[in-house]
Amino acid sequence: MTTATISQAPRRTASRLSNLRWLVSDVAVLAKRSLARIAREPETLMDVTIQPILFVLLFAYVFGGAIPLPSGGNYHEYLIGGMLAMGLAATAPGTAVALVSDMSTGLIDRFRSLPTSRAAVLAGRTVSDLVTQVIGTAVVAGVGLAIGWRIHSSVGDAVTAFGLALLFGYAFTWLGAFLGMVLRSPEAAQQMGFVLFMPLLFVSNAFVPTQSMPGWLQPVAEWNPMSALAAASRHLFGNPNPAASVQSWPMQHPELAVLGWSAALLLVFAPLAVHLYRRKAR
Amino acid sequence: MRDTPAIETERLTKSFGPTRALAGLDLVVPRGGILGLLGPNGAGKTTAVRVLATLLRPDSGRARVLGADVVSQAGDVRRRIGLTGQYAALDDYLTGRANLVMIGRLARLTRSQARRRADELLDRFDLAGAAGRAVKTYSGGMRRRLDLAASLIGHPEVLFLDEPTTGLDPRSRAVMWEIIRELAAEGTTLLLTTQYLDEADQLASQVAVIDAGRVIAEGSPDQLKAKVGEDLIVVQLAPGPELDAAVAVVGGQTTGPVDADPARRLITARMPAREGITTDVVRALDVAGIRVSSVTLRRPSLDDVFLILTGHRAAAPQSAPGGGDAGQEAETGQQEGEAA
Repeated sequence: MTTATISQAPRRTASRLSNLRWLVSDVAVLAKRSLARIAREPETLMDVTIQPILFVLLFAYVFGGAIPLPSGGNYHEYLIGGMLAMGLAATAPGTAVALVSDMSTGLIDRFRSLPTSRAAVLAGRTVSDLVTQVIGTAVVAGVGLAIGWRIHSSVGDAVTAFGLALLFGYAFTWLGAFLGMVLRSPEAAQQMGFVLFMPLLFVSNAFVPTQSMPGWLQPVAEWNPMSALAAASRHLFGNPNPAASVQSWPMQHPELAVLGWSAALLLVFAPLAVHLYRRKAR
Repeated sequence: MRDTPAIETERLTKSFGPTRALAGLDLVVPRGGILGLLGPNGAGKTTAVRVLATLLRPDSGRARVLGADVVSQAGDVRRRIGLTGQYAALDDYLTGRANLVMIGRLARLTRSQARRRADELLDRFDLAGAAGRAVKTYSGGMRRRLDLAASLIGHPEVLFLDEPTTGLDPRSRAVMWEIIRELAAEGTTLLLTTQYLDEADQLASQVAVIDAGRVIAEGSPDQLKAKVGEDLIVVQLAPGPELDAAVAVVGGQTTGPVDADPARRLITARMPAREGITTDVVRALDVAGIRVSSVTLRRPSLDDVFLILTGHRAAAPQSAPGGGDAGQEAETGQQEGEAA
């Protein structure tokens, strides 16, 4: 037994690179698995396709007329930055639900009995959710164009805006992965999603400028990552952005705030989720 | 390394809160052949399999699979084992073929190897016709076969089967048995857990009976049956006070312990393989003036195995939550035949 341990030590360092290669391969295989389900049942995409379209139409034509922008400007153009943020955040409960369901079917036990990379199950899921976020973002942009939203900035700024949004969206799915490891049933994950994301979405400038909120609520809404994301998109697209006149750090530096929130979400929830995933085996 | 056992555990323990699922499990399984791990619900069968398949970390003791420690060398173990749990671990929304290819890729096969192996297994398990259908349209038997195929995709040297036939209809069960025998004939070492005495008898070359997290008896099915006896004779006394006398009479005609249940006025005893034994028992009871409502013969159930091996009935109800064993009662095909 001693000889076996000694002869293994050098092999382990040499195989770091091949471990990484396997991690990438495993993530690709598992992401493909989740995407195959979407291809088979496209209706599972409703939460990033039909739902944002309904919300855009609801806010553009029902509520929007009653929401004045303090800095003036077109509400339809204002709305899309918020809708992008909403579409991205809305996928995280899906991440949690999918992981909890896999846990309960025993499929994850099977993955765990294979020489599969430990982080691959969670990473595969978040990568496939990133793909659905790209689809959802395209749908929001498309319906936005249809109701009169336009990009008034450079191509570079627009690409930066979409890039930032998807970075945040991806980081946010790791919060979903964490919830998936903590919660025990898909129903609980679904309800948790609702309880957590409703206030996150509505106590922000996603649909309504924070200026009209009561004074005690304003700082909460201004420090809400949804507000930073919506403000950064509006700023980069050259859309009406009333948050620019709000004197708080994240509203003055929305791009940096989004980067900070994304980094924080990734650094906290990715290791935590992977740790919990491993600990499920104990 | 050739002569290292396929599976080896030493004083393995695992508790879930106050429940001791494994209480010092010692097992040695040589390479090749089928070990049947036989025990009631909550005996620790599933826990043992989960520890051996690197899904659970034991509290103490050691477990090695093909010489590799399941805790410190888990990666080496995973490369060489296959696991089929109690519930088919498949993606319902993928086709049968896509499931196998996915698991093959995760088991470190290349893309073309995974595809080739998937087709090979689909053919072998008679699933080629359904290969392009989503798994959620499969019947229970088909799911089990696909699940077993999935655990074979990486050519495992050791295969763990946790209650592979629980919940299957008799025909599907026979098909599974056939596949399990073929795998053993090809040289795969199999460890299968079961609550069914006849399943262990049909399949296993060695049987370990476990109760409350430890092995209480080991041997070939024949050795085990020799201990238990082929048949049991069950005497139902008519109302009256003569239970002790009846026990003495039955004991005089049979060998081994005689179990008396005063509440139900039932006497159960091992039935020696002797011509005319039933008649002898009935006559002896009659001579002693003991009134009997029925005398029946039945094959030993798992309960009887436990009773005979341990002197107590299988402690299923109080230890049930422990190992996460399936919540299914131990049904032990009782065959009753009126003999008097």
